[in-house]
Amino acid sequence: MGGISILKEREKQIYQKGTQPFDMSCEKKSLAGSISQRACVFCGSRVVLYPIADALHLIHGPIGCASYTWDIRGALSSGPQLHRMSFSTDLQEQDIIFGGEKKLYNALVTLIDKYSPNAAFIYATCIVGIIGDDIDSVCRRVSKEKGIPVLPVHSEGFKGTKKDGYKAACDAMAKLVGTGPTEGISPLSLNIMGEFNIAGEAWTIREYYERMGLEVVSVFTGDGRVDNIKRSHGAALNVVQCSGSMMHLAETMNEKYGIPYKRVSYFGLEDMSKALYDVAEHFEGSPEVMEKAQVLVREEINAIYPTLKRYKEKLRGKKAAIYVGGAFKAFSMIKALKSLGMDVVLAGSQTGNSDDYKLLRNMCDDGTVIVDDANPLELSKYSIEKGVELFIGGVKERPIAYKLGIGFCDHNHERKLSLAGYSGMLNFAREVYSSVTSPVWQFAPARKSS
Amino acid sequence: MLLRHTPKEITERKALTVNPAKTCQPIGAMYASLGIHGCLPHSHGSQGCYAYHRSALTRHYKEPVMAASSSFTEGASVFGGQANLLQAIDNIFTVYEPDIIAIHTTCLSETIGDDITQILGKARAEGRVPEGKYAFHANTPSYVGSHVTGFANMTKAMVDCFATSNGHKSKRINLIPGWVEPSDMKEIKRIAGELGVDTIVFPDTENVLNGPQTGKFSMYPKGGVTIDELKDTGNSRGTIAMGRLASGPAALALDASCKVPCQILDLPIGLQATDRFVDALRKMAGVTVPDSLNLERGKMLDIITDMQAYFYHKKVALVGDPDQLEALTEFLVAINMMPIHVLTGTKDKAFEKRIKELTADLPHKVNVKSGGDMMLFHQWVKNDPVDLLIGNTYVKYIARDEDIPFIRHGFPILDRIGHSYFPTVGYQGGIRLLEKILEALMDRQDRDSSEIEFELVM
Repeated sequence: MGGISILKEREKQIYQKGTQPFDMSCEKKSLAGSISQRACVFCGSRVVLYPIADALHLIHGPIGCASYTWDIRGALSSGPQLHRMSFSTDLQEQDIIFGGEKKLYNALVTLIDKYSPNAAFIYATCIVGIIGDDIDSVCRRVSKEKGIPVLPVHSEGFKGTKKDGYKAACDAMAKLVGTGPTEGISPLSLNIMGEFNIAGEAWTIREYYERMGLEVVSVFTGDGRVDNIKRSHGAALNVVQCSGSMMHLAETMNEKYGIPYKRVSYFGLEDMSKALYDVAEHFEGSPEVMEKAQVLVREEINAIYPTLKRYKEKLRGKKAAIYVGGAFKAFSMIKALKSLGMDVVLAGSQTGNSDDYKLLRNMCDDGTVIVDDANPLELSKYSIEKGVELFIGGVKERPIAYKLGIGFCDHNHERKLSLAGYSGMLNFAREVYSSVTSPVWQFAPARKSS
Repeated sequence: MLLRHTPKEITERKALTVNPAKTCQPIGAMYASLGIHGCLPHSHGSQGCYAYHRSALTRHYKEPVMAASSSFTEGASVFGGQANLLQAIDNIFTVYEPDIIAIHTTCLSETIGDDITQILGKARAEGRVPEGKYAFHANTPSYVGSHVTGFANMTKAMVDCFATSNGHKSKRINLIPGWVEPSDMKEIKRIAGELGVDTIVFPDTENVLNGPQTGKFSMYPKGGVTIDELKDTGNSRGTIAMGRLASGPAALALDASCKVPCQILDLPIGLQATDRFVDALRKMAGVTVPDSLNLERGKMLDIITDMQAYFYHKKVALVGDPDQLEALTEFLVAINMMPIHVLTGTKDKAFEKRIKELTADLPHKVNVKSGGDMMLFHQWVKNDPVDLLIGNTYVKYIARDEDIPFIRHGFPILDRIGHSYFPTVGYQGGIRLLEKILEALMDRQDRDSSEIEFELVM
């Protein structure tokens, strides 16, 4: 397995700590012909916006883009379920030749009449950018006629990477922000950003803040509602997780409304507690917030610590690999795995920037391999070389890990349990433990021979 | 109610598809390509397409799915994708070392008008395709047809690019299994083996997408039809294509180009369709049906006999791909059930006609639609409820909302494991289907019966 060749152009996107000077190249477009694990602009926009449950999400393009993104993320809603439907203009050859604007208009009007959504997001796919449909003007027209915000999302797949899709989503949401009333919002208030309520994670985080006496104005975008987004500029602070997807909106809101923001992570005991303390610090004029945060952290950690310790004893010294979408997620995960006594020997992301990778390098031990935009051959090569026993990744990595006889934990769309917060850390430890120590590995050919 | 937004009254929708019962061509092309040994599918479009296809196939088959992409950027979309495809071919043969690259197009590259034949000609002329290696393509615009069309186009491209005739017909028979599970392809080969017929099966995803755990990650698993076999399809004595839409075009192309006569049959799902397959194979190969196969058939018939009392006039709604649904509908009618809602997302007039013929004698109104969507299917079910739903994973919303027993069949199945290891074709597959149907019905009866009515022996 050692003999795989690496594309020359990719050499600088792979780094082994301690062996070379650090000159990691990243934020590059994937090479044509490489088997990247990345996706497209549309994918980025779709995952960010789709949890807004009372909005209409209409995909303008051929059917595929709608089919592949129909309710795939498990972003839970406590109320409307409109976001779990899949709406498409299903463009046909005729539309490609004569344009799809009329179809888009008719589809929009039909849907808005039927479902009375509070806003509509219209996603442009590759083809719309090529045939030149003026979706902006269709959106303006329908918005005027129907009296709701109809927002074009410029997410043509080829116009960059998933990151550019996050930006397009933020741009669309920025048009909603500032259009609602802010009366009655507490000065002790915040928006939760970059939390998508997969497996109910946003509910956990919201509850923590509320226990600290803080008002959550809007969650971007887990269990999201249009009206909350409209009045979100009334919040005193933006708290941004998964910085890749929401930093752009946080910065826009900072410029426009002077709302400061903080970057946090809700994963792992260390980062979770830091997030609460950082937020409490922001409200230092109200010292009771910090006091409540301290009580909360103490209570929560005391509740799970004994169980966590038992897992740690079993997991100590096991080797882990991490390959995730955004690099920020990798930082928290490294800390969390270390807190379980595990060693991270391979870490990488699809979309990290050079600052991310510098930070990643500083967190890792010597010998750790760091990869940007890796392909399956690279991931499997280093997993075997490094003796990885747990792989953390997404849908496309799972079967690769299993083929190698390696335990797996999904930290992406297919997580089955909430992994955020203190209860989430316990879930994570349990999932890691169950996968790493599964009796199936005793039969795995790779483990047998080693 | 997850689909609480589905209204009961049906209104005509022209500009809009709600909850699709189909997806786009390229994923079908990718699945077909994976049925060639040593092949790396390549998506000529932007990165999202192949990421979605790989994810969807991975979720269904629970196997690594390898493919490459031309990774279109804005530049490529303005100036054409030639440079990207040429670079991709270089990179793929250098790093991933497949025997063959199967390129499919996307809505993007089709609309900007990339001429893949010309680009591949250039690649060959410039020596980018190494000696003994291959690159070929199928046009699969996403705005035409569906995933089934893409599968058919790629399968036909295999014929167009490789099949040659040396003027001598061998004893071999080509079997084109259509878009079925790897386990179904295996079962089709096994049946031919029982008959003692030498076959070439293409595409063949057995041992590619239902592979063993080996402790190694292999880019190119053991299975798949080889290039030599694909070339040799032109010398076969005949072709049996299973599935009019998925396999028909390839069979006809082989007849036209290499004079290999073909029969286009239904997928061998159910007793009659399997009988027709076995019979066609027997006649074409000039063999007799062995006792072993008659025994299997007899067992299936025996099980239908045991079960028929429970099936009588139970209403079924099914959604899926045309080839599957035609065979399934015939089977359901034969076991005395009533398929009353039959819908496919793929547009095909002949489908509607065929289903109407198959269900003509049912004492009940039958809804049939090609080019429909899951919302219309759901509305049918709301207006005329059924005892059983058959379809892909997306039907689970309807099953839950309407509280109706549900059997997963078709593509994709995203929430269960095992479908790629057990066939539903042939007599053995038929027995499995029968077991599933009866189990779904009886589980429901057990669940719903009062304590007084609850029976041990059923």
